[in-house]
Amino acid sequence: MTEVGRRAPRLEDPRLLTGRGLFVDDVDRPGQLHLRVVRATSAHARIARVDVADAAALPGVTAVFTAADLEPVPTIPVRISPQRERLVPYLQPVLAAEVVRYVGEPVAVVVADDPYVAEDGAELVVVDYDELPAVMDVRQADDGGIALFPERPNEVTQLVARWGDADAAFAAAACVVETEVTVARQTAVPIETRGLVAEWTGPAALEIWGATKVPHFNRAVLATMLGVEPEDIRMHRSDAGGGFGVRGELYPEDVLVPMLARRLGRPVKWVEDRAEHLVAANHSRAQQHAVRGAFDAEGRLLALTDEVWHDNGAYIRTHGLTVPELTASMLPGPYRIGAFSAVVHVVVTNKTPCGTYRAPGRYEGTFARERLLDAAADTLGIDPLELRRRNLLRPDELPHERGLEALGTTVVLDEADYPGLLDAALEASGYRTWQAEADRAVAGGRLVGAGVAVFLEKSGLGPYERAAVSLSRTGRVEVATGGTSLGQGIETVMGQIAADALGVALDDVDVVAGDTGVLSDGLGSWASRSSVVGGSAVHLAAGDVAQAVRRAAGELLEAAPGDIVLAGGRAAVVGSPAHSRSLAEVAAAVAAPPPGTALGDVDLSSNRRFDIAHMTYPYGVHLALVEVDAETGLVTVLRYFVAYEVGRAINPTNVEGQIVGGAVQGIGGALLEELAYSDEGQPLSASLMDYQLPFASEAPEVGTLVSERVPATSNPLGARGAGEGGLTACAAAVASAVGAAIGSPGLPCVVPLSPERVLALLRARTSAE
Amino acid sequence: MNPTTTVSMTVNGTEATVHVEPRHTLADVLRHDLGLTGTHVGCEHGICGACTVLVDGSAVRSCLMFAVQAEGRSVETVESLGTPDDLSPLQEACRTEHALQCGFCTPGFLMMLTAFLAERDAPTDEEIREVVASNLCRCTGYQGLLRAVRRVADERGAAGRRQPAQA
Repeated sequence: MTEVGRRAPRLEDPRLLTGRGLFVDDVDRPGQLHLRVVRATSAHARIARVDVADAAALPGVTAVFTAADLEPVPTIPVRISPQRERLVPYLQPVLAAEVVRYVGEPVAVVVADDPYVAEDGAELVVVDYDELPAVMDVRQADDGGIALFPERPNEVTQLVARWGDADAAFAAAACVVETEVTVARQTAVPIETRGLVAEWTGPAALEIWGATKVPHFNRAVLATMLGVEPEDIRMHRSDAGGGFGVRGELYPEDVLVPMLARRLGRPVKWVEDRAEHLVAANHSRAQQHAVRGAFDAEGRLLALTDEVWHDNGAYIRTHGLTVPELTASMLPGPYRIGAFSAVVHVVVTNKTPCGTYRAPGRYEGTFARERLLDAAADTLGIDPLELRRRNLLRPDELPHERGLEALGTTVVLDEADYPGLLDAALEASGYRTWQAEADRAVAGGRLVGAGVAVFLEKSGLGPYERAAVSLSRTGRVEVATGGTSLGQGIETVMGQIAADALGVALDDVDVVAGDTGVLSDGLGSWASRSSVVGGSAVHLAAGDVAQAVRRAAGELLEAAPGDIVLAGGRAAVVGSPAHSRSLAEVAAAVAAPPPGTALGDVDLSSNRRFDIAHMTYPYGVHLALVEVDAETGLVTVLRYFVAYEVGRAINPTNVEGQIVGGAVQGIGGALLEELAYSDEGQPLSASLMDYQLPFASEAPEVGTLVSERVPATSNPLGARGAGEGGLTACAAAVASAVGAAIGSPGLPCVVPLSPERVLALLRARTSAE
Repeated sequence: MNPTTTVSMTVNGTEATVHVEPRHTLADVLRHDLGLTGTHVGCEHGICGACTVLVDGSAVRSCLMFAVQAEGRSVETVESLGTPDDLSPLQEACRTEHALQCGFCTPGFLMMLTAFLAERDAPTDEEIREVVASNLCRCTGYQGLLRAVRRVADERGAAGRRQPAQA
């Protein structure tokens, strides 16, 4: 059997299971110092004075730095975004100089020879603040005359996406449905917090551990800031305890650590604690939507409009306007829509800055759109599944150009069978029996309901990815990918692809991900791109090496390269399996060519770039069965199912793992997770006691249908990225089920559906009767 | 520098003596004084359980324990369970059932579940879910881990039935 498509046990597991992973806090450099950040305790204030004397005098403290010591103070640049120039005034300085704009903002750093002492020192830094009013309400951010940035509006910009004449469609519509939905502020919470270790081994030689996601990009930015060449910086590979979009972007600490390592002439190590992480790492999701649909009498969606208020937090960071852009461009989902208009107000507030978190813009937009469809189905008296069927684009309507931009490319929905997968999902899950189960429960006085949400995802973002593959002297296949390890199994997936090209077993392949010293160019792992784009690059490079192996083996076996078959770790003449060499023998012969053979110019390595212009769009369905406790408002997810078209599942077990893990994460967002703030901007969810995450007691068993019925034509693997779809429609599906359970399908419109909110819905439902 | 004190304990079957400040946590001492970096720190307030080790056979949040409290006691960490070439039955089951992704929470789960399986002979699915619900995982959704524990318990039960005389 081939490696691609096999449920291969992961290459990563032996080291991770035995505690032999290399996470950033596992890295120690001789002579290292430890860095601790002093963070703002006020949400909005002028810094009157920073007194570091006591901290600097503490035995064991090497130095204390404030913005005044860094002149000029670098700002964190935008990595990817439309409207870059407009964002410049809102970028974050790595240390606050005159103003702090969110609780948790770095104000000073203490460097000591021990992390406990560094924390002692940080507690001795005294900051005097002149408090300013905090801007907390995203809809009224410019009403109070408090500007976060001098002479700049708190509404940074509006992002607009539209086609057709929505106004005309609304005027002519048989039925107009409107609803307002809110997704609370949430964050990814990887179990490992952030960290970085930096060591200068020469005036222009910097080693870094702890980088992931986009190491090559971050390396280039740091090189510019530090006045060296990118090649002077090596980001080492390391294991990462989860990414989910939050880990690996360039943060203020990622600049401070190497800067101060150079200034102090010692390696510097920084690892944040969880309390810091919850106020310092990117938040996400916080959006309010006013969504409207114009329907004809048969429930066809003539026009969809959405006005969105996007709470960005205090600074624009590396993602710029990415999340608002994705919210707008992916809002239409897989549906046929005559006219469309989305306006996203991007607003700064005195809260932690926001970035991407798994399925960014799509978790929120899917929630808004699918709530609208449930409300419309209820209003029109049409079955919610039937309403969706009538509006899903059919296969013969694809590919379909949306006329919208996202991530530097245009949205072109590729080949798909949205209605077919909906039917397959209903069949495979037994959804009709869920509904029957709900009916029986309701008849018995319980509040049980089944819900559905259809989603469109995006993946395989270009413009390219790079891979290097080579055959070692001992016959091992060595693969380097420009993607990075986040825990997703990238080494295994890349390994399976290379193994097939060269006819070896997965265990004969070694994969290095995200090491800039091994591969000098890459675009990283994010946006579910690595299997598609990174995998295709590995496929090309491994194919080159296979060709070279056939050429060399042909020389040795006196056969034409086209007559050489690679299988079982050997190169054999087709039809004559005894007439063969092992790959190790071939490699040894290339290294020291036997007399009479022309192997001198054979290269058993290749470095290839795979270019891709458009994304590929995975899609699917979430189904949920929930019970609502009428006394407490507690929602229990009884059953959950995700159907996902991924084109080609390179490792089906991996794909299922991504779906199930994503679903539990997304159910957390639907029922539990909320980063709350006081009116003065004090974070109220600053520990894992307050920010509730799903444990196994909250995790339903998630059924999956991994569909490979419509391979993508954009890449040689036929793959669509599978990393995010497990999450995308969770808020929508859970809310749909809760609405069914309480007998008011359109009512649940805010996530998380906490017990308090659900009790309020029950009261609202009762008073409406 | 701050005053230190001497702590002697048995770690993974070997005597270990360290000189630590009284406020140093067991997690930090295991990781940085003894170089056993398999135990991970995820929250430092006892919620996530990534730091779980065994102290005298019982699962403990090592982030909430001072190293000095381990004086004279026996500590077991993930390093005692197996090696990449010789995984324990639980580690093997985790690999088979895709019970881990990033692996950061994994050592804590392994230690807690090793203690659980040592004292609970034929756990029900509910009991397994209840113990797995002690620790946090953000990657997997717990499904593979539940299957892994179920598998180990069932295989052990089957082995026990095949060799009823085994001690």
